[in-house]
Order: sequence, then structure tokens, then C-alpha cells
Amino acid sequence: MSEQQPAPTADEAADAETTTDASEPTQTPVTTGAASVVRALENAGVEAAFGVQGGAIMPIYDALYDSDIHHVTMAHEQGAAHAADAYGVVRGEPGVCLATSGPGATNLVTGIADADMDSDAMLALTGQVPSTMVGSDAFQETDTTGVTAPITKHNYFASDADTVGDTVGEAFALAAEGRPGPTLVDLPKDTTMAETDREPGPARPPETTTPPTEADEESVDAAARAIERAEKPLLLFGGGVVKANATEEARTFAIDNGIPVVTTMPAIGSMPEDHELCLSWAGMHGTGYANMAVTHCDLLVAVGCRFDDRLTGGVDTFAPEAEVVHVDVDEAEISKNVHADYPVVGDAKAALDQLTEAVDDAPDAREWRQQCTTWKEEYPLAYATPENEPLKPQFVVEALDEATPDDAIVTTGVGQHQMWAAQFWTFTNPRTWVSSHGLGTMGYGLPAAIGAKLAAPDKDVVCVDGDGSFLMTIQELSVAVREDLDITVAVLNNEYIGMVRQWQDAFFEGRRMAADYDWCPDFAKLAEAFGARGFSAESYDEAADAIEDALDYDGPSVIDFHIDPAENVYPMVSSGGANGKFALSEDQL
Amino acid sequence: MSGEESTDAPEFEGPGMPGPAPEERPHPEGRRNTHGVRIDPEAEAKPRQRTAVVSALVEHEPGVLSRVSGLFSRRQFNIESLTVGKTTVDGHARITLVVEETDAGIDQVKKQLGKLKPVIQVGELDDDAVRAELVLLKVRGDEPDKVHAITQMYEGETLDAGPRTITVQITGDQQKIDDAVDAFRQFGIIEIARTGQTALARGDTPTTPGEEPGHSTEPKDSTYSDATDADDEPN
Repeated sequence: MSEQQPAPTADEAADAETTTDASEPTQTPVTTGAASVVRALENAGVEAAFGVQGGAIMPIYDALYDSDIHHVTMAHEQGAAHAADAYGVVRGEPGVCLATSGPGATNLVTGIADADMDSDAMLALTGQVPSTMVGSDAFQETDTTGVTAPITKHNYFASDADTVGDTVGEAFALAAEGRPGPTLVDLPKDTTMAETDREPGPARPPETTTPPTEADEESVDAAARAIERAEKPLLLFGGGVVKANATEEARTFAIDNGIPVVTTMPAIGSMPEDHELCLSWAGMHGTGYANMAVTHCDLLVAVGCRFDDRLTGGVDTFAPEAEVVHVDVDEAEISKNVHADYPVVGDAKAALDQLTEAVDDAPDAREWRQQCTTWKEEYPLAYATPENEPLKPQFVVEALDEATPDDAIVTTGVGQHQMWAAQFWTFTNPRTWVSSHGLGTMGYGLPAAIGAKLAAPDKDVVCVDGDGSFLMTIQELSVAVREDLDITVAVLNNEYIGMVRQWQDAFFEGRRMAADYDWCPDFAKLAEAFGARGFSAESYDEAADAIEDALDYDGPSVIDFHIDPAENVYPMVSSGGANGKFALSEDQL
Repeated sequence: MSGEESTDAPEFEGPGMPGPAPEERPHPEGRRNTHGVRIDPEAEAKPRQRTAVVSALVEHEPGVLSRVSGLFSRRQFNIESLTVGKTTVDGHARITLVVEETDAGIDQVKKQLGKLKPVIQVGELDDDAVRAELVLLKVRGDEPDKVHAITQMYEGETLDAGPRTITVQITGDQQKIDDAVDAFRQFGIIEIARTGQTALARGDTPTTPGEEPGHSTEPKDSTYSDATDADDEPN
């Protein structure tokens, strides 16, 4: 790009520096579009960003050279997107990722789609060929805004150096506003290289988007009356409860009114799973008691959830006797999948406060609570642990849970290991369960653990992974080593792409096509090759020792648990089936 | 380890998990339909589709049309026509969509459109809304007098008349256009281009709820009494 504008000389930069506001002595003045982008990130309070260098994004990286923002170079852009996503989930603010044009941008796509499906706030910045070359099929040119339009809240093509900083600020604010989600700004190189001295303002969402805060009083009152008269009320907390920082309000509402609670997977931890009112999470592999409660309740109060098919099973048999109160900040979710008899459009935090205020008498639900307790006793999460059998994955998850503090953060990939982690780890705090739900992205766990650890350096971070998932983003171990991150990857290795193998056995007559992963490398040795510590365990004793050693080690470690390859995930609601007919073993499917 | 600690749990040897089997559990009789509405299975009626005209006031920026059309293909909404044109407010455009959906589907169309960042307002037009469509018809020029007569019957205009072809323009509602197309078939239609419906709400009603009146150099009318920024009208 020899035709680009020359970088400002040291003298010019020094001149400009003397004229900046004395209250910001450490900031160099904005001289280019790229500097304006970085300033916008600083204004938004961004402390870390995850990315990979490349031709078209180089001006942004050059501007980052002068910034205090901690840039974490990832091994692959997909890892950058997942790390930013998880960083954002743990922090409750948009995570930021960067990539160059073309393959850099397309490598981000999976991570952006993941954030979109889970409503995670994230800002992606992508380099682009100079705007004069856009449309010419230039080297590393991809129509990034075209590719990402369906998987972002909104994306921007920044064509003006004077306003690019404000655009980035707007994209950051929009990602977090209302129902969170990913946004993207595509940054053509001529925009970021062009001279400008325009300081961007504070991050502000666009004027055309105005998400609701408080809910309409009438709708709250109608919902409150329905709650008061219910005999079998059930609360369903969705990810929106966590995203709106409404955990306290949600717990207060449940406890004050004595209403049992089920959660969705993204909302794991919103209600302490050891609380007597908590029935854990419902859905395809949710607890039997959660699915019984959903099936038999007469009023379902759903807060911040989108009634995903993995939660509802077949809609025809989902909570078939229940009136539905649906609280959501996104009006389009109301009656999208399940009809809401009492829609309440508002921010979960505000709306739960309003509901707490509006419900005068707690529903008389003593019998119902007793029924839920009975179901808990009838359908315990349990597994057989004969001494001499291969290691059970459920045991590993429980042992890790025991060995770590209550506020430890768990990240996962996708598959059987994810379900065991969700079932057998007892979560008591929000933002401690970090996983890929809607998109189901294998390989999410390790980069997510990196993002989570950087977001919360004082917390223990454990990535419960599967052999198949781990192998998809294993190169990010190099990042954990370079950043010296004290994380532990616990690979539940059954040498299968296990969930597929389980489905092949159940639904494809055991024809195990492309499900064997016995060609997987020795993960402990591979960890050592990366410069991490590696452990492996085949017995209960080895597992206990490896957990102790790995958690003691101050740096990244990997434990390769050789688990019982025959173990399957139950309970299970078959795809599109009735929640109340969950199977407890394969012969019930 | 909860598996070991729960001493009152029954002795369990697997595989799978303990508990009563599906056929040993009670199952409620209620049902929901495909829209998630609780129904009486004996008396369930299929939701009926209807045609709706939806108007969206949008920021006239690059990509807005692809965002709107992408939304329709992505969510499998049935769209019959889409028209777009700028308004008299600088930077604004109006998109008029004719969709064929169930009530729940039309509700979703409006809500999902409203979520798009460049979309300022969305409204569904009443049945009495003013609607019009334009068609250009190129027919064989063998019988110019007859073509002229039919064009007049439909209050159309002849735009081009040559030795071999005649091109006419007809405007009106969908029914009138359909009828006109039928009437011109006798001459042999060589080419046809239809714009699809565009529409505005009748009278004082704003076309999208809460819509601000457009800036205009036309004499102020009483409906939009606060249209004061005529000076800002871009040309």
C-alpha cells in the first residue's frame, strides 16, 4: 500500500501532544483514523482485546502500539472471537476482537455467530482492503459486512476517518444495549490510514434503537394477578437474567414468593443449584425434576429466555397446561416460539423489581413445592461407580468442583462433556458457567478459558473439554503459555465424538460412522510440547492426584482423563419429543 | 460427590439414570399448536394466512435493502413485493412490503424489522390505506387503435409507440393491474415490468406509528402543523 499517507513524523506527534488536554496526559493525540478507533475503545473503558495481525488491520495494530489496552495475540481468529466472547460474559461488558480482512474476518465468523446465538455482547473490528479497491476482488478481500449481516445486531462499513472513532464507539455501545449481541465495524485501510485529528466522543448507542427499561405497569399487574392465583407456578430463568445483572432481583422474587425455579443452560448459576427451590436446568439433557416441573406447572414465568428448541422439545407438549408470563427486553421474542398469555416487555432487572412490587400475596404453592421435592428424590442425577470400571466422567466433574472454590469459572466445548459439566458441577454464582449454547460450537472451551482468566485473573478457571472439542482449538494453548495463564483444561477423553456416537447408537442402529477419535494425540505430551504441564489419568486414584497437581501448578495445565468410553448422557429428551417423557437410558428412547 | 453422599438414594448400578420410566409417569393432556398457543386438540383450527402491507421508514444508508431482504429470506417470511424510495426527509427512505403470513407471522415481521438498526418506524397499513402499483406493458404494435382504446379504458398512458411494439403504463391497485394485464394479453405481451405495491395510510393517520411529518417545500397542510423546517429541504 505504498500510495497510503505517510505516518506522522515524531515531530508532528510531539507538537500535537503539547496541545492536548492536560487532564489526559498519557494519551497521544489522534492523528489517524486508526488512532481514533483505538481512542474510542479507550473511551469505552476497553482494557483487553483479542486478535490476530494481518495486512489490512495493521494500521489499527500500529495505533495499539501506543495504547494501554492489553492486546492478546491469539493463534487463530476463531479463538480471538471466543476469547472476547467469554471475556465479555465474565465481565458483563462487550469483549473486543480484531482480525484482518478476508480469511481473518471469515475465521471470526463462527465466533460472531456463537455470540449472536447466545446474545453475548461483543465488538469485532475487521481490516478491509482500501475502499477504492472494494469490489475488485482484491487480495484478501471479502464482503465482511455482507457475510456477517445475518449474525450481528448490526455492522458498519467505516468510510470516513473523521467519524470512524464515533462509529466504533456506537458499535460498542450497541453491542451492550438492550438485548446484547455482537456488532462489527469493517475498517478499510484508507480510512484507518487517513489523517484526522477528530477525537471521538464517548461510546453512545444509535438513536434509532431504544430498548425498553421499565415494563408497562398494566402488563406487570396482569402478570402479578396470574402469579397470585397460580397453584403450580414455575419460574424459568433465561440468560437474560444474567445479562441484565438481575440475579439478585430474580432470587429475591423466587424466594419471597416460594416459587420453584428452573433455568435454561445460559442461566446456569442465576439461582444457586443447591437452593431448595432450584430444580437446575430444563431441556434435552436437563434434570428429570426440572422437566417434570415444566411439564406439569400451571403457570410458567419465563424471564429473559427465547424458548430454544433444546429447551422446549416439541412445542406441542411444552408446558402444555401452563399459562405463560414472558418477560423479555426483546419484544420480538414474545410469542415467537411459545405464545405468551402475559407479555411483559422490559429489562429483566427493572421488570423483576416491578413484579416483586406488584405481587401482593405469594401464590399458595405448598403442595406444588412438595411435588417438586418429590421429583428431586425420584429422579436424582446419579451414576454407577463400581471400583474397577473405567473412570466415570461425572466423577471427574464432581471432583473438580470439590477441589475448586465456589466462584470458580467453568468453560466447556460442546458435546457429552459439556452436558456432564452442566449436570454434575453445582453452580451457585452467575457468570461462572461459560459455554456455547445456541450455536453449539465445538472448540469454544479453551479460548473461552483464556478470555475468562484475563477477565477475572483472581478466579480459578477450569475448561472441561472433550477430546474432539479440544482438538479443534488446541493451538490456543500456546497463548495460555505465553500469557502465563493459570488455567486447567480437563479433557474428558472417550476417544469418540461422543454425543454423535451416543446418537448413532440410539438412532442410527449403532452404525458408528466417523465417530471414532482413537487417533487423537497424547494430550498430556502435547501440552508439554506447548510448554504447559500435562497429566493423564485412567483410574480414580490417578484422577485425584492429577487434579491436585494440575490445580496446584501455577500456569496452564492439561489433564487427559481416559474416561469410560461407553458412558452416555442421560436424562435425554429426544429431539422434538415431550420434556415429560425424558429417557433415563437408551432403551427408553 | 453427590452420587455417594445421597445416602437415601436407591442403590443404582446403571446404565443411564435412576427413576420411574416414561410410561410410569403422569402426562398432561394439554397441547399447543405450531405457534405455541395452547389449544383444544379436538377443535384445533389451522392458522390462516392473510396479506398485509407493512411500511418501514428507514435510514437511507448503503445496505439497508439487503438487510431487510436478508431478514425475509433468513426467517422464511413470505414476501410478495417490496418497493423502496427516498422520502422528503434527507437520509430517510420508505420501504413498502406486501407479505403473506399468519397473524403471528405478520407480528414477527413487524417486530423483527423494528430490531434492524437502520429501521426507524414500522407500521402495518389498514385495509382502507391508499395503495398503488405501476405496470409497464410492451405489446405487439399490429393493432395500435385497439391498444390505445384499452389503454384509455384503464386510464393508462402510451409511453412508446413504434412500428412493431407499443409500450403503455397503467397505474392502480392490484386488481386493476391484474385486469389490465389480462386485457392486453390479446395483443401478445412481449415484456412486462411491475413495481409491486406502494402505499400510504389514509387521511391524518401516519403511515408508521409516531412518524414525524416529512419536511416539504409544498404548502403546509393542517395535518402536519409542525412541519417547520422547510428551509432544510435538500434538493
